[in-house]
Amino acid sequence: MKRIGFRIVLLAMVACIGPAMAWDGANVRNCTWCHGTSAQGYMVAPRLAGQRPTYLEGQMRSFRDHTRDNPFSKQYMWGAVAALDPSAARDLAAYFAAIPPRPANDGDANLIAKGKAIYMEGIPEANVASCYACHGPNAEGIREIPRVGGLAYFYVKARLEQWGEGYHSGIGTPMPVVARSLGPAEIEALASYLSFVK
Amino acid sequence: MRAPSGPGRSSSRRANSPRAVLYALVLTVACSVTSHAQDRGGFEAKIEYCKTCHGLSAQGYRGWFPMPRLAGQQPQYLENQLRAFIERRRTNPVMANVAHVLSPAMIASLAAHLRSLDPKPIGGAPRASLGLGKRIYEEGLPESNVPACAACHGSEGKGQNEIPRLAGQLYEYTVGQLTGWAKVRGQGSAVDTSAIMAPTAHNLTRSQVEAVAAYVSYLQ
Repeated sequence: MKRIGFRIVLLAMVACIGPAMAWDGANVRNCTWCHGTSAQGYMVAPRLAGQRPTYLEGQMRSFRDHTRDNPFSKQYMWGAVAALDPSAARDLAAYFAAIPPRPANDGDANLIAKGKAIYMEGIPEANVASCYACHGPNAEGIREIPRVGGLAYFYVKARLEQWGEGYHSGIGTPMPVVARSLGPAEIEALASYLSFVK
Repeated sequence: MRAPSGPGRSSSRRANSPRAVLYALVLTVACSVTSHAQDRGGFEAKIEYCKTCHGLSAQGYRGWFPMPRLAGQQPQYLENQLRAFIERRRTNPVMANVAHVLSPAMIASLAAHLRSLDPKPIGGAPRASLGLGKRIYEEGLPESNVPACAACHGSEGKGQNEIPRLAGQLYEYTVGQLTGWAKVRGQGSAVDTSAIMAPTAHNLTRSQVEAVAAYVSYLQ
C-alpha cells in the first residue's frame, strides 16, 4: 500500500515536472512566437493547444521530411523543426496536447447549420464524405487524426484549398481525396462551423 | 475542378476579379465535361468516395469509427448490407445516407470492383490470443454452443455468397460487430440472414470475441 502511494507521488511529480521542463526549454518558446503564447493559434499559425499528440508528432515529421509542402510550411516549419530530434518532438507534442483548447469563433455564424450538416453526413450524392466518421462527433480527433473543432476559419479553409490545389500533407492520408470533392461553398461552410466547435 | 489560384490566396478575402470568375467558370465546365466523359456513369468518383473512409485500397481504416475492409468482400454480402442500411435493418449513423443514393447498377459495379481488390491486411491486432482465436475459428466452442466459424465462412475466411469474407477484416470492427450484434444488425426482419449470427455472437465472451477477431484479421 505504502509502495503504491509512493509510486503515485513519484508519477505525479514526474507529470508536473515534465511539462515544466519543456516550458523552461527554448523549444516551447520557439513554437509560441508564432502559435501564440498560450498556443491558441495566431493568424496562419494554427492552434496547437489540445491537438492530438500523435498528429502533432506526425506533422513535425512531415515538415522534417518535407512531405508537407504548402508555402507557409516550407517557409517556416521546415526550418523550425529541422534541428528537432524525435524525442524533443514527442515532448513538445505532449506539452501542447495538454493545454485546453479555445475555439476561434471567427467563421460566418450563418453557415453553422450548413457546415454541421456536411460535417455529420457529408453530401452522399456529391461524393462528399462525412467528416464525423474519422474526426469524431465533436471534431475532437483521435490518434493521428487531428482535432479540427475550434480551429481558425482561415486555417481550415486554407488547408482544404491546399489539398485541392495539389499540395501534400502526411503520407497515406485520405484528405486530398476528400478535398477534391469539396467546392468553395462547402469549404466556407465547414470552416465556419468548425471555428465555433468547443 | 478548382479555379486557378496562387498559393496563399487563402490568406486574403479579396473579391475575385471578373476575369478570375470567367476563368473559374470555363475551367469548371471544361473539367466536368471531360470527367463525365471518362467516368462510367460516375463510377470512378463513387469508388474514390468509398475509399475515402474505407482505406485508399479498401483495406479498411481506423477513423473515429473502425471502417471495415471492403477489399475482396463477397458482392452478395455487400449488396445485402447496403440494402439493410437503407431499410434500417442495420443501424449506422453514416451508411444509411451513403447507401440511399446508390442505384442498383452502381451497387453492382462497386461490389464487383471491390471483390477484385486484394491488398494486404491492415494489421495492428493484438497477437496474444491468436491460438485461441484459431481454435474457435476452426473448431468452435461446443461447450458454449458456438459453431466453428470455418463451417460457413470457409477455412480461409473468404466467405461465399451472402456470407461475408472475414479474412483481413479490421480487428476493432469485428469486435464491435460481434459485441453489438443484436443492437445493430437484423432489426426484426425474417428475410435478414444476419439473424443467424445472433445466438453465436451472444454465446461468445468478450475475450473469445477478441481472440477470434484478432485471428481473422491476419488471414490473407
